[in-house]
Parts: sequence; C-alpha cells; structure tokens
Amino acid sequence: MNRIRKYALSALAVLFALVVFVVPFIFIILMAMKDKQQASLINFSWPTHFQFFANLIEVVQARDYMLLTAYVNSTILTVGSVSLLVIFSAMVGFVLQRRVAWWTPWVDFFILAGLMIPPAVVPTIWLLQSIHLFKTLHGMVLIEVAYNLSFAVILYRNFIATIPRELDEAAIIDGARPLSLFFRVILPLLRPVTVTIIVVQSVAVFNDFVNPLYYLPGKENATVQLTLYNFQSQFVTQYNLLFMNILLITVPPLIIFLFFNRQIVAGMSAGAIKG
Amino acid sequence: MTAITAQPTRTGNGSTGRRPRKGAHYPGWFIMPAAVVYAILFLVPTFASLYFSLTRWTLFSSEFIGLDNFYQFFREPFLSQALINTVIFAAVTSGLKVILGLLLGVLLTSRIAWRGMLRSIVFFPVLVSTVGVGITFTALMHPTHGAINEALALVGIKGPGWLTNRYLALYSVALVDVWRGVGLATVIYMAGIVSIPTDYYEASRIDGATRLQQFFHITLPLVRPAMYTVIILSFIGGLRLFDLIWAMTRGGPGFSSDVMASVVYKQYQAGYYGLSTAGNVVLFILIALLAVPLSWFLNRRVTTR
Repeated sequence: MNRIRKYALSALAVLFALVVFVVPFIFIILMAMKDKQQASLINFSWPTHFQFFANLIEVVQARDYMLLTAYVNSTILTVGSVSLLVIFSAMVGFVLQRRVAWWTPWVDFFILAGLMIPPAVVPTIWLLQSIHLFKTLHGMVLIEVAYNLSFAVILYRNFIATIPRELDEAAIIDGARPLSLFFRVILPLLRPVTVTIIVVQSVAVFNDFVNPLYYLPGKENATVQLTLYNFQSQFVTQYNLLFMNILLITVPPLIIFLFFNRQIVAGMSAGAIKG
Repeated sequence: MTAITAQPTRTGNGSTGRRPRKGAHYPGWFIMPAAVVYAILFLVPTFASLYFSLTRWTLFSSEFIGLDNFYQFFREPFLSQALINTVIFAAVTSGLKVILGLLLGVLLTSRIAWRGMLRSIVFFPVLVSTVGVGITFTALMHPTHGAINEALALVGIKGPGWLTNRYLALYSVALVDVWRGVGLATVIYMAGIVSIPTDYYEASRIDGATRLQQFFHITLPLVRPAMYTVIILSFIGGLRLFDLIWAMTRGGPGFSSDVMASVVYKQYQAGYYGLSTAGNVVLFILIALLAVPLSWFLNRRVTTR
C-alpha cells in the first residue's frame, strides 16, 4: 500500500517535471527541424518537412559564418576571463583568509558591494573608451573578471578555511617564499573548488548577454548570445533558424552539465549559503 | 607594507610580532591584481555614475543640471512605472522561488523514485541561455498559436494574451523567470535540508509526529539560513534583471513591463546618457534600501577566518 502510494507520487512528480521543464526543450528541437512556413506558425506540432541539417547549415553560414566567429569570440572570452578570475581570486581568497590587516574590512565590504551593486553602464563605456578598451575582446575579458570576482573570492576564502595552517607553516619552515607557498602548496590543494569555479563561471560568461551587448558591440565582435539577433528583425523572423541557433548555443552548457553536474550544483549552493 | 617586514625565518608561534610575520608569508600585494581590475572597471564607473547622473551628458561633454534627471524619473509616468514594476517583479519572482523551491527541495530530498533525474531536469534551465529561454517562451505564450493557450483550449479555457495584455505581461515574464531560476533555489534548499541531522526526524517519529508536523516543526525552522539566501539572491537578481525582459517584451506593450534595467538600456540607446546613468543610480539606491536590510539577516552568520 505504502509502496504503491510512493510510486504514484513519484510518477506524478516526474510527469509534472516532464511537462513543465522538458516540453520547452522539446519545442526548441521540434522548431529547429521545421521548414520556414511551418515554423512561422510557431505552434507545437510535429515537423512535416524534416530539414534539421538544412537548417543547421543555413544557421552556420548566415551572415558570413557569424556563428563561427561568435563561437571563437565566446571561447576566447570565456577561457581568458575564467583563467584570470581563478588566479586573481584564489590569491585574494588566500591572503584574506590567512591574515587580518587594516584593509580586511574594506575588502569584505567591496566583495559585498560587488555582489549587490549593478554596474554603472554608461560610465563604464566612457571609461573603456578613454583607456581604449571599448569594443575590444580583452577589455571584455577584464570586465567579466571584475564583475565575477566577488563570487569567486567568497568560494575560495571559504574553501581555504578548511586547509590547515600547519601546512603553510611546514612549507615556510622548509624555506618556501610567499609565491611558491601559494602556487606550489596551496593552489594544488584548491583543485575541487577551482573545478567548481571554472565550470560555474564558464557557463555564466558564455551565457552572458547584457555585458557584451553594452561593451562589445559590432558584428565582428559578436558573442554567441548576440547571434540570436541574426534571425529576428522588425518585420520578419525566421523561426526555424532562430530555434536552431538557440539549440546550437545550448549545446556547450549541456555538455558541461553532463560532465560536471555535481560540481555545478555543489558550487552554486555552497557559494550561496556560506557567502 | 610588505617589503619592510622582518625576515620569515623567525618562526615564533606566539602572538608577539604576529602582524609582520603574517605580512611576510601572506603578502598584501596578493590582492593587487584583483584589486586593480576591480577598482578601475567597477569602482571608478560606480563613483563616476554618482556625478554623471547629475548631468546632461554626451560622453564628450557634460553639463551639470543638478537633480533634474532624478526629478524626471518620478515625474514621467513611464519612468516611475518602471520603478514600481522593478519592485513588483523582484517581489513576485523571489516569493515564488522561495515557496516553490522549498517544496521542490523537500520533494527531491525525500525518498522518491528517479530522484537524480528529476534533480537534473529541474536544475538544467539555470544553465541555459536566458535569451534563448525568453524567445522560446515568447513563442509558447503566443496568444493564438502558442502551446500554452492551445493546451488550455483543449480543456475549454480561452487563454489570455500572456505577453500582449498590458496588465499581464510583467507577470508572465516573472513566471518564466521563476521557471528558469527555481532550480537554483531548489539546490540551495536541498543543501540546507541535507545538513539537518536525521536524529531529529527519527526522534520525532518515535514521538508520533506526522510528516506534516515534521515539515513545520523541524524542516522549516532549520532550513531558515538556506531560505534567507534564496530570498536575497532571487530578490537582488529580480531587481537587476534585464535579459529576460528584453528578450520577451522589450518593456512592452507600451511601457507596461519596463523595469529599471530596461529603462537604462533604452535611454542609453536613445543617447540620454545622463538619464540612463541616473537610472543606474536609482537602481543602486533601490537595492541598497531594500536588499541590504534583508541581507542583514544572513550576514549575522560570520564566515570563519
């Protein structure tokens, strides 16, 4: 009796989850397979003319292979900013956790400010222009680093608190200088949280739409999120291509999710709770 | 500060001479790379915004006009509407995420079949492109052809124009934001629920407590830290949201679903840089007034150092 009830409840929950959370993704896939006429109806239906690969090719070729350019740009942006973020924030987290100095309260305050304050858009553009970083990929990399520092520092600081100080002291007695103490002893020990940060921040930067929209305008600079504009215009929207594009830019997060499911969930919840 | 400190070979372990010793091994300049990037690209624009919000500004020249931009925000109906919408949107989305996330969190930590798969399904939308989600739901919410209204028609309900009705558009977008973000709330709750000692549940079961009593008297009080986190995260996120609204309604119909972040973008596009920056400052003040007192609850829990 109890088991029947348990399975009925489970079945109900699964059914609900399927309808609410899976149907939208099925819709994306179905739309991506349709031809132009049927897709323009934007209803939930089985494709009559199956043309998945024709759509795929057309999306990739659209506007001088803009999607490929965007993929290259997004990859550079993601790899560049996440690498800097990991090094910079691990260093801050390390020193911040290990010692109390006159600047400690300030740093704590700025970490909180970084989490809460919305970036001032136009002044940032003004500043980027004056140091010649506006519309450049490396400027964008630094922006992503600046905006995501707080979250990464909090994660590192909390993790470093679990590493015993005796380890530092042993290394120091063996004559390790600060740089080798950090890079040779501490950083390797931070691997679990580093993997988490890499995964979570990669997805965040890859999915970022707002910041490239403001700070990286221009066709040759497009990142993958901005390619969604390609098939939407004031007058006509090619829905089959639009949804194929959505499908294509959803693939990288999906792959990361399949491999790093546990790290992502752990990182997002741990960082949030302890912060 | 670090260069002049004593030689690190003097490894006394008492509290005397604590600071120079630490300064040598944990040098302050370690924070410099991060601090420089953060200060230049985040702090300088933030402080500059306080000045530029008081000006009529073209990026090349700025004319000081006092608080005119701010007056405009409260005088122009479409701007003050955005202010109200922002608060409504943040309150609705964070409220729903707090409740639905808790229910899902309890469900997905209970002994339910296919638990792992369900967790993945609920969480995956968090990782998907927000603009992609917005476009997808705009299609699903189409008044005549959209799947939602077609499904409602099957059971004889005439669905509303989710995004074309100006009283409904903001709430429709809020629902989509909940769909997208509830997975994050759920995993935060799950982490909180898992950390509750099982002894409590066993003891209460021996005393004859029902599942409902266990929920209200054990789970709910002990999951409170996770709940505060969900409230603050989703509230701030709701106040700052831009991409979903931009992808779904662009603030329309009319200005009925405009929020502060979309106003900032629209004024920027229109070339009113001073007004746009004032919008940023208003949003900043809004967050400071609403979210900081809220987060005070959470920050009583001090991090270990």
